[in-house]
Amino acid sequence: MAGNHHPHEAPAPVGGNLFNGATLVCGVLIAIMIAILAVRFVFGLGAVTNLNDGYPWGIWIVVDVVIGSAFACGGFSVAMLVYIFNKGEYHPLVRPALLASLFGYTLAGIGVIFDLGRWWNFWHIFTPGYANPNSVMFEVAVCISAYIVVMWLEFSPAFFEKWGMKDAKRKLNKVLFFLVALGTVLPMMHQSSLGTMIVVMGVQVNPLWQTKLIPLHFLLTAIILGYGVVLFESCVAASAYRRRIEMHLLEPLAKIMLGILAVFIVVRFGDLLVRGALPLAFQPKVAALAFWIETLAFLAPFAIIGSPSARRNPAKLFLAGVAIMFAGVMLRFNAFLIGYDTGTGVDPGWNYFPSVPELMVTVGMFAIEVLGYIIITRRFPVLPREAVQAAH
Amino acid sequence: MANTSLLSLELNDKIAAAAERLQMSRREFLQFCAALATTLGLPQGADAAVAEAVATKKRPSVIWLHFQECTGCTESMLRAEHPTLEKLILDIISLDYHETLFAAAGHQIEAARRTAMKANAGKYVLVVEGAIPTKDGGIYCKIGGQTAIEMLKECAKDAAAIIAIGSCSSWGGMPSTDPNPTGAVGANKIITDKPVVTIPGCPPNPYNFLSTVVHFLTFGALPEIDALGRPKFAYSRLVHENCERRAHFDAGRFAMEFGDDGHRKGYCLYKLGCKGPETYANCPTVLFGDAGGGTWPVGCGHPCIGCTEQGVGFQKPIHMVAKLKNIEPPLQYPRIIEEKGTGATLGSAAVLAAVAGAAAGAGAMVAKNLGLSHQAEQAEEAKKAGEKAQV
Repeated sequence: MAGNHHPHEAPAPVGGNLFNGATLVCGVLIAIMIAILAVRFVFGLGAVTNLNDGYPWGIWIVVDVVIGSAFACGGFSVAMLVYIFNKGEYHPLVRPALLASLFGYTLAGIGVIFDLGRWWNFWHIFTPGYANPNSVMFEVAVCISAYIVVMWLEFSPAFFEKWGMKDAKRKLNKVLFFLVALGTVLPMMHQSSLGTMIVVMGVQVNPLWQTKLIPLHFLLTAIILGYGVVLFESCVAASAYRRRIEMHLLEPLAKIMLGILAVFIVVRFGDLLVRGALPLAFQPKVAALAFWIETLAFLAPFAIIGSPSARRNPAKLFLAGVAIMFAGVMLRFNAFLIGYDTGTGVDPGWNYFPSVPELMVTVGMFAIEVLGYIIITRRFPVLPREAVQAAH
Repeated sequence: MANTSLLSLELNDKIAAAAERLQMSRREFLQFCAALATTLGLPQGADAAVAEAVATKKRPSVIWLHFQECTGCTESMLRAEHPTLEKLILDIISLDYHETLFAAAGHQIEAARRTAMKANAGKYVLVVEGAIPTKDGGIYCKIGGQTAIEMLKECAKDAAAIIAIGSCSSWGGMPSTDPNPTGAVGANKIITDKPVVTIPGCPPNPYNFLSTVVHFLTFGALPEIDALGRPKFAYSRLVHENCERRAHFDAGRFAMEFGDDGHRKGYCLYKLGCKGPETYANCPTVLFGDAGGGTWPVGCGHPCIGCTEQGVGFQKPIHMVAKLKNIEPPLQYPRIIEEKGTGATLGSAAVLAAVAGAAAGAGAMVAKNLGLSHQAEQAEEAKKAGEKAQV
């Protein structure tokens, strides 16, 4: 996967010690998560979560799966830029972005199992006699599973390089173009389908988010989030490993992100106006407040990195990345939980707030991502090689 | 080859004649035949074959014997809710001997039986109603000087098919209840060299009898039977399986005594002793006794007594809880009133706040570091630019 057409620094392991404060904290959080999951898998969802009939899914689905997989769109967004729009100069960003995606999606795929009431039947969806091919869930499940496999293959050159499997790498390179194409189509399919699940829920979802265009919203924000995550991740990696930031790449990337973001905001508000749903945003309700927090977060990057000079400041790029990630989180939270009410007009009074064990499992999932990222970047060739390495 | 298209029979004269004979409209007659074919579980097209057979085939001669019984089987057939049912039965068969229905009596009727048997040897259908006493040489039931055993054996010898109607002739029924003073048994204990189709029930649904006869008429053979001789189309499912109250059983909602709240609401009658879980019969689908819409015992609020099942009906006390044959009640039942969830607790809000705080703090630190290094870089660049300018 190392650039064949553009001369770049080949990726190299960062090196350094795997035992430090960050990995220790991650390890503890993961241990807590495993303990909670053990209870969950033996005694059922009711034993650890606050889920009920009105809210059959909570933060495990919304955060670990829906938001987790949206955060993991960096790989797809950057790959699209590099391979579809032939912007080869972004190539050094591909592998780190892909790594984050790989973790995000693999954990999202595993995270779904936590939320399945009868989890031992999870294989049914892949079994022709059991699966229902007309279901949105089926599309999402099969598509995400396929994408996880594709991504591991896309990323496998990093392992082949590490273990010196030159033959395997050469063979894989021949079919890589196909995997890259699949790796671009599949996420577009299921990121929009995640939005379609809102459409399926009908009147139970507040009109601020219940729209036929929500699949498009989810798709556009997934792409934007992908770039936002790359900004965030590059800045954090540079800060944590004391490396130089690829400002010459992030700066134009941020510009592209703002462009797509502008398109999204036009689509979002155009849709609200056409449907006449905008007045709902001015009612004194929690949903309206959540809507404005989401909207302000989507607008924030224009204020933070609107000017070319601001885009040269890594601190501002980082903040813009955080703002976009927060906005994407809010959109999904709002559509799936805050703007969602089962009992609309019929059976009110359903409540949901995640329990402590639920929260700790989600925290643990992110801890796995961080720990995995640290281990792989320190031991496998992912980040671009640097002349002076001061890893510790 | 039997006809398989009901449409082709629309203008058939023989169908019209049969309908007229039965005082039905042609439409009702065809619908009735289709319903019969469906009851039998026959494939598509069989309805036409049934209609054609009923309309055109020569009526089989039937010898109907009565032994230890109450004549309920005959009664229920003659008093069926559908007024045409008995007409149809009496139309499709030639009833040559039936003690209840015949005007003749004594030696006259016995002579009629022997004549019919001789004339239709090897072709007539033998229907047995009532149990056969075996104790003391079978002396507890005699007709015209013959014991039931002798009479049954005599009639069965040249019969084309033998149908035992009702629980008594199927497995002994009510007369065989402990201590069984007459040693009553079913017909298949006496006739062991020929297959005996049993249609248990007290009384059995006339539809099940009629369907069996129509099957014989249409295809020249009796329907498929199980190990106990029962036609599979009627007795392969437990009453419990298709019961209209089954959802209440699964949800754990039971009537605990007659007239209580659950009983009034139509809950499951299992705890009142309903034998549905151990009784094979099609009562929930065709309704017991053809007594009219919804008026089968369970539909009326009385537990099934298991009348079709040997060892259950008349044997187990009516209110004794049934043995569950193919279903285990769940250990846990869903709640009737679901918990609607609570809001944030102190602990969960605190954890969420801590996570948010940690993320915000870490973000701020990273931003600060990045900002500082940016400032330093810019200062350095400015310094270099200044040095260049000086040079």
